[in-house]
Amino acid sequence: MFAYLAKRVIQAIAVMFVISLIAFAIQGNLGDPLRELVGQSVSEEVRQQLRDELGLNDSFVTQYLRFAGNALQGDLGTSYFFKEPALDVILKKLPATLELVFGATLIIVGFSVPLGVYTAIKPDSILSRIIMGLSIIGISIPVFLTAILMIFVFSVEYGWLPSYGRGDTVHVWGYWQTNFATADGWLHIILPSFALASIMLPLFVRLIRAEMMEVLQSEYVKYAKAKGIKPWRIYFIHALKNTLLPVITVGGVQIGTMVAYTILTETVFQWPGMGFMFLEAVNRVDTPLIVAYLIVVGFIFVVTNTIVDLIYGLVNPTVNIARMGA
Amino acid sequence: MSTEMLNPKQQPSRWSKAWNSNMGYSFRRNPVAVVSMVVFLLIAAASFLAPLIAPYDPYDPAQIDIMNSEYPPVWINDSLPEFLLGTDDQGRDLLSTILYGTRLSLLIGICAVALQAFLGISIGLIAGYVGGRLDSLLMRLADIQLSFSTLMVAIIFLAVTQAMFGSETFNRYAIVFLIAVIGVAEWPQYARTVRATVLAEKKKEYVDSARVLGFGPMRIMVRHILPNSLSPIFVISTVQVANAIISEASLSFLGLGMPPSQPSLGSLISSGFDYIFSGSWWITAIPGVVLVVLVLVINLLGDWMRDVLNPKLYKG
Amino acid sequence: MSLLSVRDLTVKFAMRDQTVTALNGISFDLAKGERLGIVGESGAGKSITGFSLMNLLSRPGYIDNGQILFEGEDVVQMNDKRLRNLRGNRMAMIFQDPMVTLNPVLTIGQQMIETLMAHRKLSREEARQIAIVKLREVYIPSPEERLEQYPHELSGGMRQRIIIAIALLLDPQLIIADEPTTALDVTIQADIMELMLELCQSNQVGLILITHDLGVVSQMTERTLVMYAGRIIESGRTREIINDPQHPYTQGLINALPQQTLPGQRLKQIPGNMPGLASIPTGCAFNPRCKYATDLCRSRVPETVHYGEVEVACHEVQRLNSDEDRQEARA
Repeated sequence: MFAYLAKRVIQAIAVMFVISLIAFAIQGNLGDPLRELVGQSVSEEVRQQLRDELGLNDSFVTQYLRFAGNALQGDLGTSYFFKEPALDVILKKLPATLELVFGATLIIVGFSVPLGVYTAIKPDSILSRIIMGLSIIGISIPVFLTAILMIFVFSVEYGWLPSYGRGDTVHVWGYWQTNFATADGWLHIILPSFALASIMLPLFVRLIRAEMMEVLQSEYVKYAKAKGIKPWRIYFIHALKNTLLPVITVGGVQIGTMVAYTILTETVFQWPGMGFMFLEAVNRVDTPLIVAYLIVVGFIFVVTNTIVDLIYGLVNPTVNIARMGA
Repeated sequence: MSTEMLNPKQQPSRWSKAWNSNMGYSFRRNPVAVVSMVVFLLIAAASFLAPLIAPYDPYDPAQIDIMNSEYPPVWINDSLPEFLLGTDDQGRDLLSTILYGTRLSLLIGICAVALQAFLGISIGLIAGYVGGRLDSLLMRLADIQLSFSTLMVAIIFLAVTQAMFGSETFNRYAIVFLIAVIGVAEWPQYARTVRATVLAEKKKEYVDSARVLGFGPMRIMVRHILPNSLSPIFVISTVQVANAIISEASLSFLGLGMPPSQPSLGSLISSGFDYIFSGSWWITAIPGVVLVVLVLVINLLGDWMRDVLNPKLYKG
Repeated sequence: MSLLSVRDLTVKFAMRDQTVTALNGISFDLAKGERLGIVGESGAGKSITGFSLMNLLSRPGYIDNGQILFEGEDVVQMNDKRLRNLRGNRMAMIFQDPMVTLNPVLTIGQQMIETLMAHRKLSREEARQIAIVKLREVYIPSPEERLEQYPHELSGGMRQRIIIAIALLLDPQLIIADEPTTALDVTIQADIMELMLELCQSNQVGLILITHDLGVVSQMTERTLVMYAGRIIESGRTREIINDPQHPYTQGLINALPQQTLPGQRLKQIPGNMPGLASIPTGCAFNPRCKYATDLCRSRVPETVHYGEVEVACHEVQRLNSDEDRQEARA
């Protein structure tokens, strides 16, 4: 167990190291921190002095080590625009994004498993054909277009659901404001969650269907039938459990991908999450915020991937974690 | 009867060979595939012939009059007959702009996938053929690359590039940046597939005999191994073109791709989005429909191809 | 009354552009506690016969015609509920490859207990106790621990023993074993066969053993069917078929056994291959490979006739058995 864990963690640290190098390189090349600090009306001598004081004339390695040291202590610089620590700015926006991802994940899990299983069990039924047809259309519509379509139909035409912002949120803990405590919050999160789910849902339906159909062809499913086991038990215990193993791996990667799609969804719905913030930071050339976003998102990717690997190891009896460590 | 007359029968042309092959047969029998192919060819032809068939040149400021902005398509009241699909917010003829935009979207999609394929195939061949440490290093890299979403990498890369060069320089080279970033980010798909074929083929006798005959590794890989991985490469490429077009549209929508002055379908949709609340839905909707139809037919063709080239035969 | 009575069983496969016949009018009987071998090359329809008996063909295969009377009831006509009651309970099956037969994500215990509970009203603990008893019967050491293990933690031989134990769980009347040892190491094959023979004899269980190995058939079974291209071409007591085969194909199979070959000689293989289902020759399906084939063989399917001690489907069986031809065949 320990060795397996250690291997994963070491790999995660290596990836984080590369990300921090990239982030550092961006920080060094994007914008001029002096101008942000003192403006342009300062003599060259004073500038040189300030450069020395800020350590901008130190060697690359010294500067990187200082950057990494600060980053490890949670100091990712101060946002030019917000005049606040960049990490704080992001952490304030993070809950909005996480709740959006959470909402979309609920939709994906809730719909993809039953739809995927159904289309695998009855591949020739009319309903299955309709589901599969819709899924390929779903894959072909970019997230932002789905989002616009939803706004047009549900907000502009019918006015059923709000089209932007988070609505009423309730403070939970720390920076955490939640949408799930008020009716207004729920109404606001519906469209963005469905829009975000719209790209992944068809992918998952197709993935689950394909895996499930393969499993249903397997010898052990045939054997279960030969033992006289009831169909529901064959589908949901024998087959689904084997289907979900590969789905978990793909799913983990997709959670990371969803963070990228939040940028699109948040832009369309003006959702005050960190994706929306990131685009604003790019337009303002708010370097510390860009760098902080890069590191936080990189961190989220690395952590989810590591956790997914670990879960896969736990769920799959043939990858025996306990023994790998011994 | 001259022999010339008989020749076509004895040696069927490449075209008729393809038509009568397994694939041609299943193509003819599959109405979805036929319709998709026809629609795709129509869109592709119309967009690449845009300079010839478009009623206006959207890149020519002399032909654009801001006074003409936001005219609806002709089937709606208050439209102008000369603008078949209406005009956009800058007064450009929407039909012409869409034709030019589709051309850009397709061009970027295809070039990006060509780059992906080139990188992925080369890396896959090398990894599979050389093996050992280099192989495991490259595949490890592929794993990590795959675990990061392409869109995320592209957004960050383009955002930083844009901030670094300023939007003017960025806009000038936007096509190159888009192709580069979408092309570089997706190589692992190809690399993995090609590597798997190389590993499978490497064991077979003909590769050994080619080696014994003294052919170099380059020749063995390109002449003998590569042809065996063509059908998966083909299937991947189709889906990848669809994905690349979506990625390009998404990036342009975010303002990280093609500028409004030279719009692709994504940037056109983006510029129309601001007017959706004021009722000018067509600026977003029509390019949106074109984008979806384009991607959909490519995906449908990809699906069909996967069914044909990867036939899971009955295990009777 | 016989335990199992198969009449004119015809199985077809609906392929993309055509429908092919995999089993063509198979008929045979099995008495209670009798052990029957089905032999033939791969593709002859042996496994399809086995799966048909349980009505377990998966698409695109289907039973086109015929009766499978098991304890007087037609398996072909049974509804899903009756079939479930039959499968694993009154008729059990042992699959070919133990490495892929057990579900990799369920423990041995789960897979045994679910089988018991699907057919009997038992508590989980009672089911567990029965499972342990059955594991002991197949000589599995420390069965309590095995119940907690996953299939991948056990060797192939061990898994096949467990599958035999699962087959015996509900004391069935008939066990169908489809090449139960082909996937195992040669050293274990004899052990498994011996175990099956012992258990079938002591429990009075009928056995249908599907195999391509005539040697195994001669040790395990009382009667034998020889199949070729979806038909039974020879059937009778195993001893007769091994010692005095009548059909040229059966003779070829026996001559091809390594025991029949002198040291330094080449194995006497039957020339050619079994035809694919889509391209079965007209007349006797064996005619292209048969050195005695006549025009009649090429045009008409032979009837099954009683000849000597066996039933055989061959036009030329009489001529074949005239003395001089006999010599030639033996040579």
